[in-house]
Amino acid sequence: MKHELFPWLILFLPLLSAAVITLFTLRNKTVSSLISIGAVVTGFALTCLFLSTNTFHPTVTETTVNWLAIGNLSIDFGLKLDALSLMMMLIVTGVGGAIHVYSYGYMHDDRSMARFFASMSLFTFSMLGIVLANNFVMMFIFWELVGVSSYLLIGFWFEKPSAGDAAKKAFITNRLGDFGFLLGILMVWSLLGSLNFGVLNGIVTANPAALGCGATLAGLLVFCGAMGKSAQFPLHVWLPDAMEGPTPVSALIHAATMVAAGVYMLCRTLFLYDHAALQVIAYIGGFTALLAALMAVQQNDIKRIIAYSTLSQLGYMVMAVGLSGPTTAMFHLTTHSFFKALLFLSAGSVIIGMHHEQDIWQMGNLRKKMPLTFLTFFIGALALCGVPPFSGFYSKDAILALALEEKNYLLFGVAVFVAALTTFYTFRLFFVVFFGQEKSKEAAHAHESPLVITLPLVALAVLSVVGGFIGVTNYYGYQFGATHASLTVLEQLTHPFHDVFPMLCGLGAVVIGLFLAFTFYKNAATDPLPAKLGALSRWMANRFYFDELYEATVIRFHDLLATASDWFDRWIIEGVYIGLIRGGTDLSGRALRLVQTGNLQTYAFLFVFGVALLLYFVLVK
Amino acid sequence: MEAINNLISGGGVENVLFYVFAALTLLCAVLVIANPFSRSPVTSAMFLVLTIISMSGLFVLLHAFFLAAVQILVYAGAVMVLFLFVIMLLDLKEEARRKIKFFGLIGGLVSVGSIFTIFIKSLTHNYFEEFASSSKIPSPKIEGDTIALGKLLFTQYTLPFEIVSVLLLVAMVGVILLSKKKLE
Amino acid sequence: MHIGLQHYLAVSMILFCLGLLGVILRRNLVVIYMSLELMLNAANLALVSFSRFNNKLDGQVLVFFIITVAAAEVAVGLALIVALYRKRQSAHVEDLTSMKL
Repeated sequence: MKHELFPWLILFLPLLSAAVITLFTLRNKTVSSLISIGAVVTGFALTCLFLSTNTFHPTVTETTVNWLAIGNLSIDFGLKLDALSLMMMLIVTGVGGAIHVYSYGYMHDDRSMARFFASMSLFTFSMLGIVLANNFVMMFIFWELVGVSSYLLIGFWFEKPSAGDAAKKAFITNRLGDFGFLLGILMVWSLLGSLNFGVLNGIVTANPAALGCGATLAGLLVFCGAMGKSAQFPLHVWLPDAMEGPTPVSALIHAATMVAAGVYMLCRTLFLYDHAALQVIAYIGGFTALLAALMAVQQNDIKRIIAYSTLSQLGYMVMAVGLSGPTTAMFHLTTHSFFKALLFLSAGSVIIGMHHEQDIWQMGNLRKKMPLTFLTFFIGALALCGVPPFSGFYSKDAILALALEEKNYLLFGVAVFVAALTTFYTFRLFFVVFFGQEKSKEAAHAHESPLVITLPLVALAVLSVVGGFIGVTNYYGYQFGATHASLTVLEQLTHPFHDVFPMLCGLGAVVIGLFLAFTFYKNAATDPLPAKLGALSRWMANRFYFDELYEATVIRFHDLLATASDWFDRWIIEGVYIGLIRGGTDLSGRALRLVQTGNLQTYAFLFVFGVALLLYFVLVK
Repeated sequence: MEAINNLISGGGVENVLFYVFAALTLLCAVLVIANPFSRSPVTSAMFLVLTIISMSGLFVLLHAFFLAAVQILVYAGAVMVLFLFVIMLLDLKEEARRKIKFFGLIGGLVSVGSIFTIFIKSLTHNYFEEFASSSKIPSPKIEGDTIALGKLLFTQYTLPFEIVSVLLLVAMVGVILLSKKKLE
Repeated sequence: MHIGLQHYLAVSMILFCLGLLGVILRRNLVVIYMSLELMLNAANLALVSFSRFNNKLDGQVLVFFIITVAAAEVAVGLALIVALYRKRQSAHVEDLTSMKL
């Protein structure tokens, strides 16, 4: 088997699996799930194989098939294989594979498990498409496909109206971002004449002023896409509602892969952004991180807290890209996918144990009942907060160091504050769920989850532990021109200690957050914060009223527009035009009806008249 | 008196007779359709009989003797009697006066007028003048007496003759069927 | 003035138009039928005069047939009128408009 075929195979296997499941095996849950899991795991194996045949040194290769050629616009369907895309492929297939196995256990009692796996396979296909795309149009197509899969998966339990609404919200908010993205693509094409990433990169590096005065605007428009997909402010409102979907969906899509697609796209198109655009990107990222962390402090649904945490970490990644640190951003993306997926899956295990109860104030003392889940959750939490030597520590420290390097003290301060907040709300969750007294009888009757659920947890936990120093940065360094040479494992372990100040700030933030969380929430039966913080606590719990704001402005405007169109359609188009036609036909019918009087003499006279006419035309003319 | 003398010297008594019979025909025809004194159908039937008799006179003037006789025998004798039978049977009264429909009146006059105009135009066409003066219209010399007519009828027109006899049979059957009170 | 073809044709035409007027303007069914007979007679006259002035007898044979057929037609037509009168109790043409749309 030729090695060049592997990527095509990896890309199309999930599509094939989705098609087979939809067409043939929708009734058979086991077979469908096995097909889907098989597709992803095979993809993972093939990716590893492909990497190993290239002796882990990524070379840049592209295979292209010309798809559409109109005038001087040529759209290809091609796969770009460099360090960035290969690493993402590993994440998508690897973490995705773990989550697929997990879903087999989680969705086991669900009636529509086959449909679930079909949607998951479709999603895997779309995500791989984004990762492997070598030009803007192909990426956009798969971008939209990912949106569709996300819609299908969030609204999986469509019988619940809230799930349907959440799916719609996600899709529509994404579409808003995609609108800007499309405008950006059009601008880039019209300014530079090509859509292929490699070609564009070449043009811009050869001539930095190629984009001219439209550079900032084009960059920001393309960033709109990332704003939608990675849920940056102001398009962040869909991510918490997306928790209506099953937990594996949240883990796969809203932790590890889809939301990361925005950051991935930013790194892919890095050549587009000039200094002004990067500044905007960085500040938006920082603001999102802060906003989301504040909102997370007062949430009470276990999945929502983790969702806001995702939002916050995405803010970190986007901020890192804005600070011209794509390696750092991708590093954080990778480690984040490990520990966030782990956290979501552990939360799912807890939810199953609690018989689908998601309010943390109904749980408690679960560490005795679910020890393995407790352990993996603990590892995930430590990684998230940035405790050494877990993976999160290395990636977060890199971001803090980057902020200092770029002399952006505001963003550095924000990042440190958010680190403290992250630790606070994570351990708030941790203590309330796993320590203290049982707050309901479900908690008293909780039990550990089966092996098919706990095994992926363990795998991800291992990755969360070692992810910081197994060479991820080296890999990305190949892509983005590393400022340092390739580091060995030991060097990576001790890398942060070279820059002491950011590391100390980060660790200090962790300690403060941990202490505060311990004080407030160890053995807490109810939340003490609302009493202490009053109005601020209410604002945080209500997500700073963003949804209400959007509803009052955007939605209302949209409704007005719809009402106006309806009026126009009903009265002008239907009333006037159709009325005219209807009236005209009616009138002419009535006029013709007058001829049929039933009276013999009328017919006689008409007959004679006709004969006269005939004679006239024959004789006289 | 002078006019009549002129007429007679011009073409003989025939001309006078033609005018007499023509006037009679037309007068009676008018009285069939629009009698100012009586609207009864019987009156119309009577005047139709008179019209037919006058027409028969015209036929004689055209030397169609057999046809003149047949006209009186069949048309005035049989057909009009049938009409009168039916009128008596149904005991039709005077046509009740109803509101005259203006539209119908105008329409009728217009259509008849148009036909009439076309007829007049075709009659006064140059074609006719030309013919009248020249000798293209053959001078009439054929006589429509019984023997000649019979010869033509029974040799050249045998088939139509037989068909018409079947037609008469069919008409009889039809009439019998139509006038049954109820079909058994 | 010598009586020529035109004179007879003129009479025939006027007769025909009179019959037509009767058909269109009278309201009694039987009278309409009689006017129809007038029209037939006008046609007969035209045919005979053409036959005379063309020196052929075919026109007269045709008139013979026309008279025969007219007789049959009158018989059937009157039978129809009788049946209709029995049904509708009226011989007024305005009462017989059941084919009105």
